[in-house]
Amino acid sequence: MTNYLEVRDLSKRFGDFTALGNVSLDVAEGEFVCFLGPSGCGKTTLLRAIAGLDPQTSGTIRQKGRDVSGLPPAQRDFGIVFQSYALFPNLTVADNVGYGLVSRRQARGAIAKRVEELLAMVGLPDSGPKYPAQLSGGQQQRVALARALATSPGLLLLDEPLSALDARVRLRLRHEIKALQRRLGVTTIMVTHDQEEALTMADRIVVMNHGAIEQVGSPQEIYRRPATAFVADFVGSMNFLGGTLETPERVKIGGLTFACPAQDGLAVGTKVRLSIRPEDVRVRDLPADVANRVPVEVAELDFVGAFCRAGLKVRTDGDVALVADFSSNLIRDLGVEIGSRLDVALPPDRVRVYAA
Amino acid sequence: MSLATPTTKIALRLNLSRDDLLMRGGLVVLAGVLLLIVGLPLWALLAKGFQDRDGQFVGLANYISYFSTPALFNSALNSFHVAAVCTAIVVPLSFLYAYALTRTCLPAKWLFQGISLIPIFAPSLLPGLALIYLFGNQGFFKGLIGGSIYGFDGIVIAQVFYCFPHATMIMVTALATADARLYEAADALGASKIRVFFTVTLPGAKYGLISAALVVFTLVITDFGIAKVIGGNFNVLATDVYKQVIGQQNFSMGAVVGMVLLVPAALAFVVDRLVQRKQVALLTARAVPLIPKPKFGRDLFFTAFCALVSAGILVILGMAAWGSLIKYWPYNLSLTLANYAFANFDANGWESYFNSLRMAAGTAIVGTALMFVGAWLNEKTRGFGAVRAVVQLLAFLPMAVPGIVLGLGYIFFFNALNNPLNFLYATMAILVINTVAHFYTVGHLTATTALKQIDPEFESVSASLKVPIWKTFGRVTTPICLPSILDIAIYLFVNAMTTVSSVIFLYAPDTKLASVAAVNIEEAGTTAAAAALCLVIVVTSAAVKALHLLADRFLLGRLQAWRRR
Repeated sequence: MTNYLEVRDLSKRFGDFTALGNVSLDVAEGEFVCFLGPSGCGKTTLLRAIAGLDPQTSGTIRQKGRDVSGLPPAQRDFGIVFQSYALFPNLTVADNVGYGLVSRRQARGAIAKRVEELLAMVGLPDSGPKYPAQLSGGQQQRVALARALATSPGLLLLDEPLSALDARVRLRLRHEIKALQRRLGVTTIMVTHDQEEALTMADRIVVMNHGAIEQVGSPQEIYRRPATAFVADFVGSMNFLGGTLETPERVKIGGLTFACPAQDGLAVGTKVRLSIRPEDVRVRDLPADVANRVPVEVAELDFVGAFCRAGLKVRTDGDVALVADFSSNLIRDLGVEIGSRLDVALPPDRVRVYAA
Repeated sequence: MSLATPTTKIALRLNLSRDDLLMRGGLVVLAGVLLLIVGLPLWALLAKGFQDRDGQFVGLANYISYFSTPALFNSALNSFHVAAVCTAIVVPLSFLYAYALTRTCLPAKWLFQGISLIPIFAPSLLPGLALIYLFGNQGFFKGLIGGSIYGFDGIVIAQVFYCFPHATMIMVTALATADARLYEAADALGASKIRVFFTVTLPGAKYGLISAALVVFTLVITDFGIAKVIGGNFNVLATDVYKQVIGQQNFSMGAVVGMVLLVPAALAFVVDRLVQRKQVALLTARAVPLIPKPKFGRDLFFTAFCALVSAGILVILGMAAWGSLIKYWPYNLSLTLANYAFANFDANGWESYFNSLRMAAGTAIVGTALMFVGAWLNEKTRGFGAVRAVVQLLAFLPMAVPGIVLGLGYIFFFNALNNPLNFLYATMAILVINTVAHFYTVGHLTATTALKQIDPEFESVSASLKVPIWKTFGRVTTPICLPSILDIAIYLFVNAMTTVSSVIFLYAPDTKLASVAAVNIEEAGTTAAAAALCLVIVVTSAAVKALHLLADRFLLGRLQAWRRR
């Protein structure tokens, strides 16, 4: 795979505030990349810099080998979809979709045909003569997508495209956009603050915080092996237990010690945080010699639907608490209720350690 | 992801697109135009205050002689006195009236709202003329008032009439945007009606009240027509400027008085802007609109109150109308149209009315185009912050400048022999230019507000689709803003029809305007003909406004089908 987009040392400052600090990133051709992070992390700033809408303070951007760093948006090659749809309200759906085609001096018949094609592609074949206000939010966003794709851009930029929609529509559009992107093979960057959206849609996720990239990786990597405590905390739920690194493979927390994957980066004796996801806490069929066995008492039990989220207090050390997800089956089989005493295990291969 | 080799940081060089160049060029031209029609005339005025009659620099001599001449300095005190009293009357009056319109079940709301707007369509001297008919030396009710109507009392009554709609419009806006949930919460907490009024209603309208007070204060202090007609020997700043310039040909002293007049107006403007800035966060999109429920006692009280105020407005207008139709007040009350044969009272006859129409139409067309395109350039140009700041400043300046002061600046700037633009002096063009400049701020603000309300990403989308920005301006931005564009045009037309203050220095015999002719006719002692001319102006402005409302309803409804869901 060749790099379609190369971002190098991109910085954006507003006075004293650094919105982006020396960000570098490569995007391969045909890839679907998500910028994920909390609001204010710089993800939209990065997207707008790539589009040339709000140029960076310093740094370079190369698109398909061409240096576009200083070019105005009109001289770059991209289509863009905004959270607000930004459909022209006074033009029909067909005129909106054909907006970029008209100025390319194509024959009227050819434009009409292309518009028809695009509307069929996004599943709105008969909506051409309608005005945007007559469509639902989800339909409007599809029109915006068709308009962005009309000129067959090499790069599709999506700025929180689903955030304004209600949950059900959002779920459906997620799949439609992903399927469309795969079919057209257009390199796509989407900005989102919704981790689920990023995990389900992206080929690769770029997690950002405070104007810097925290981690770049596939959804599985991001979820299974978060590179930093921030990523671990931001994507999915995570237990954090504060302790000290006793040996490279053991962490001491209160009166307990836990086995963990070997830590080469951290010196023995440093303060660390040991982390594990609630669904990785094991309860059933623990072998006698299981590693990281902890005797706990169920302090809280929140019904979430498909499973229960249990608040557990370590019996030997009341200060240490953790959260575990128990399936409905497990709760029924073991008769778990508030006050139940049981043993759980934290599988060492599921445990990760971060500097505190 | 490959790690990049560290590169030395070079400041980014931005290439400009053709759109960028076009818009920056347009912005520079706009800044130049505003400098010519606002900045430099004011500069000329400022400079004139430091010169003697022969144009020699004399430092502060004029100012010293101004402040040491009690007759001149007294008018400043008079102006403040009148403005303070009018503000104290108009603000509570308009608050109650607006409260009735927005928070009670007033019958025939549209009628009361319409009546409250009438004074806007009249030149400011109209209420003065009506008062002369009612209480003047030959007035019907002269006996009812102790002294003479000419002077303080007359000015105050006429100003109240003239300022009332401006304050009411602001108060209606402030009171219309109430959040019903606040009242429900107060009710649920068991607060008394009085307490709710003082803890919810009044704080919600606080900024509106301040804004209305500042607007009334500025209107009164800068108005020229009323004091001219009914002021008698009671001198105020605005009439002093006129007397110094037209009466005594003392331009330097005129400039000094103008500068003194500029101070309170500019101050009020700055305070208002600061207050407005604070107001922004007050309203949330999620507020639940308050719908008043019928309540007999309250509704009866406010209906009576509004009826009384409306009657006052209608009496003043009606008096002017009746007076204009009467043969010889108060001795021969038979009706006649003779007072409308303006040629008998003023050399220009009806021609001044047609001049007004031409001037108002010109101002509406040229002004609307300049203000809308200008606001668009200022909103949508990428970067170029310094020039945009200059444009913004020059666009806001006219609001702080009294018309009579701007007019004076125009004399000094455009009449200067070394100014290549002095061919404009004493033409219709300069009247249009002056009026556009005088009312620039409101048009600019209206356009800016309209532009801010549309999605800021339209231009981003156009750029990504490689559509030139001016094409989007024509195909999308302008059609969406059409109602606001019409608003600006009507605002300019009505104000151009009624304005007296700034154009009084700038007309030539063949470009005399109806409002100015009315002042001249009144000066010559023919109140009836002056009232007749004022009435023609009222009818014209009101008719144009009515046409606008009709157009808004029917024409726009058809042209802009896309607004319907």
